[in-house]
Amino acid sequence: MLRMSDTMITNDTYKISETAWCPGCGNFSIIKSVKDALVRSGLEQDQIVFVSGIGQAAKAPHYLNVNLLDGLHGRSLPAATGVKLANPTLNVIVESGDGCSYGEGGNHFISAIRRNIDLTVIVHNNQVYGLTKGQASPTSDEGFVTKTQPDGVKSGSFNPIEVAVALKAGFVARSFSGMPAHATEMIVKGIKHKGFSLIDILQPCVTFNKVNNFGWYKKRCVELPKDHDPTNWENALKVATQWGDKIPVGVIYENSRKPYDELIYTGLNSTPKDLKSILAKYC
Amino acid sequence: MNTSTNILIGGEAGQGLVTIGELLSKVLVRAGYNIVVTQSYQSRVRGGHNTFAIRVSDKEISAPKESVDILVALNEETVNIHKASVAKEGIVISSDKFKSGEGVLRPIKVPYEKFGSAKLENVASLGVVCSILGVEKGHILKLLNDRFGKKGSTIAKDNENMLNASYDWAAGQNIVFNKSPKVKTDKERYMMNGNEAIALGAISAGVKFAAFYPMTPSTSVNLSLISHAKETGMVVEQAEDEIAAINMAIGASYAGAPSMVATSGGGFALMVEGASLAGMTETPVVVVVAQRPGPATGLPTRTEQADLEFVLYSGHGEFPRAIFTPGTVEECFHLTRRAFELAEKYQGPVFILTDQYLADSFRAVDKFDGNLSRVKAGVAASEVKAPYMRYALTDNGISPRLIPGSSKHLVVAGSDEHTEGGHLTEDLDARVKMVDKRLKKMEGLSKEVSQPEYFGDASPDKLFISFGSAYGAALEAVKSLNEKGGETALLNFSQVWPLVPSTFIDKLNSAKEVVAIEGNATGQLAGLIRKTTGFEIKNKILRYDGLPITPEYILNRLAHGEPVEP
Repeated sequence: MLRMSDTMITNDTYKISETAWCPGCGNFSIIKSVKDALVRSGLEQDQIVFVSGIGQAAKAPHYLNVNLLDGLHGRSLPAATGVKLANPTLNVIVESGDGCSYGEGGNHFISAIRRNIDLTVIVHNNQVYGLTKGQASPTSDEGFVTKTQPDGVKSGSFNPIEVAVALKAGFVARSFSGMPAHATEMIVKGIKHKGFSLIDILQPCVTFNKVNNFGWYKKRCVELPKDHDPTNWENALKVATQWGDKIPVGVIYENSRKPYDELIYTGLNSTPKDLKSILAKYC
Repeated sequence: MNTSTNILIGGEAGQGLVTIGELLSKVLVRAGYNIVVTQSYQSRVRGGHNTFAIRVSDKEISAPKESVDILVALNEETVNIHKASVAKEGIVISSDKFKSGEGVLRPIKVPYEKFGSAKLENVASLGVVCSILGVEKGHILKLLNDRFGKKGSTIAKDNENMLNASYDWAAGQNIVFNKSPKVKTDKERYMMNGNEAIALGAISAGVKFAAFYPMTPSTSVNLSLISHAKETGMVVEQAEDEIAAINMAIGASYAGAPSMVATSGGGFALMVEGASLAGMTETPVVVVVAQRPGPATGLPTRTEQADLEFVLYSGHGEFPRAIFTPGTVEECFHLTRRAFELAEKYQGPVFILTDQYLADSFRAVDKFDGNLSRVKAGVAASEVKAPYMRYALTDNGISPRLIPGSSKHLVVAGSDEHTEGGHLTEDLDARVKMVDKRLKKMEGLSKEVSQPEYFGDASPDKLFISFGSAYGAALEAVKSLNEKGGETALLNFSQVWPLVPSTFIDKLNSAKEVVAIEGNATGQLAGLIRKTTGFEIKNKILRYDGLPITPEYILNRLAHGEPVEP
């Protein structure tokens, strides 16, 4: 809920505390972008709820000064859906990694997009499992060698942007931790969008991903041309499939479908009818 | 047990036997009788063989009956399958077109085509049964009008004509039948089944959110919630799977909505990690598990009581919980209310264990108090100290729960081991304090436990032990034995966790013999009693063929040690 602030929202409101991340991790840049986006959005601090899963990225909201439900691996989307349906006036932001969001939580990812529930979903995507020490993730490229895939990944890579656009998600954006101002911009837009917003942020894992490192992303991430029309679904789908030498970043797709929480009957604050009149139907 | 009449309606799925079963049940309840309904159906949409049995009596009854007094056969197969179960004085109502019926002592062959459209044969059979039972025609016509009046005058009129013709035809046949005496009543009562009562208990407690994935026999809890959702202002969300369902409920509860999930064994298997999350994050959630026979898909539409241990030990790690096992439709209502109160007070998962038999069993129920209080989620901000800490250590283990967004305080709930403030920690001293804090709540739950109910002789020859839906059959078996001079008693558990030995151990010790009556193959309650008290129950009467325990089943097992056909 956007309302006139009775306390000034400043950089100190969401001060970042000590983290458990490796030096040089892309998470540092992303958490700063999240913080800047919260300040810029001007939302009431107590009207924001973060919901996260498990993994190094999912720890991020613990280091911000926010309401937080830190749930199970892969299950942040249903938990966030419950929060939003119970109290649609809250601004609900989901933050987790690629394994949690696209692997363990794959079914929820598809269903949350279909519901178009008004959540802002920030995915730290480093194409590898960090916390469990270096196994392939759903977004690992084919051929990516790990201890658990010593002959290289044989499965096709999961492109979250392509899936989200194909399902006509409300708002689909990609950014890169090496472009902090851009990432902040994407998060601000995602928060503003009424409906399901995905912001997939590419980031290096300095410990376990020696292939997709900072330089690799830096060389490939290119901002979408100014004339890119995110409301053109067919074109957005084409852009969404691009991966490799050139990786487009920016708002790839957006629509104005009404969010689920505005379509269904939510009456948490309504007064229930008299119990007697409900029971009378059973006479 | 000759004080009741058992009516069994049989036919294919899709023939409308549930419709006439429910209509007949309601007519009988409105006429002042007591009923116990048992529904038996197959896992298919059309065809197969389904039954809807109504045991009816002017006296208190609490269990199904196996022998049939009135068989209403909507197809020939029903006659063949059930004729051996028909009592000596029993009658078999079927179409005069049916060729089968060899060995049926008292057939009533009904010329349905004379009364009206073949599509309304089920309504005609209702007329015949009501006539034989002596139920006033006005009762049925009123009910038909309530139910079909709106559908358009032609349909309502056709139904009425069909009923009049069949009722009058049967009255003219001078059928001798030893029916229950008329009941004089002007008291309004409800007719509802176990799952409806669970939904209404939740509504009375102020439920605001439920999420589910459809699964027999739990779905009707959610359907009942949905049918009243606009009146209660609640959200009932069909989730993509049961994992999503319980995580949604936990999210909603964290955000201030009293929340529940209803599922069956396989669905609950998927929810187990969520149960553990509710324990760790100390989030109230009511979990209804409507049991059916397992393992795996098992017998999807039948009944069993084999998930007690599963629910008791569900979820990794150690955390407090309570498990209720209602034995009657009234208890389904009241114990669900209780579950919401305890979940909120002790901030964690509370379970309701029911089963297909009780879920689908319609009964006559005395009216509930319409002014029951609702649960309030969380405490007011004025009740907490700053800085607010979600998991503040307290004497009773209960930390004041704030709802995020309701005040300036931030609420941090975590699934990792956490500090008092809710943030993840690897401080091992803090870990020990948090485990102790959470388990401290078990003491409070134990103090508030529902005492097991005792019925019968004070120092009995035989003491039956039961829980959940086996209660009614065990109670009637005790009454039956004691009428014949036996010294029998029953100890029934409507809450199986926490088990507090001091509330029942004397009863076990003062009985000559203890017999566990359970709807499973291993005697799970007996095992739990042994674990908590050291008292070993050697004798067990167990049923796991997918059908509910009946008084006859218990008495036959006692007499012969082996199951005997009724």
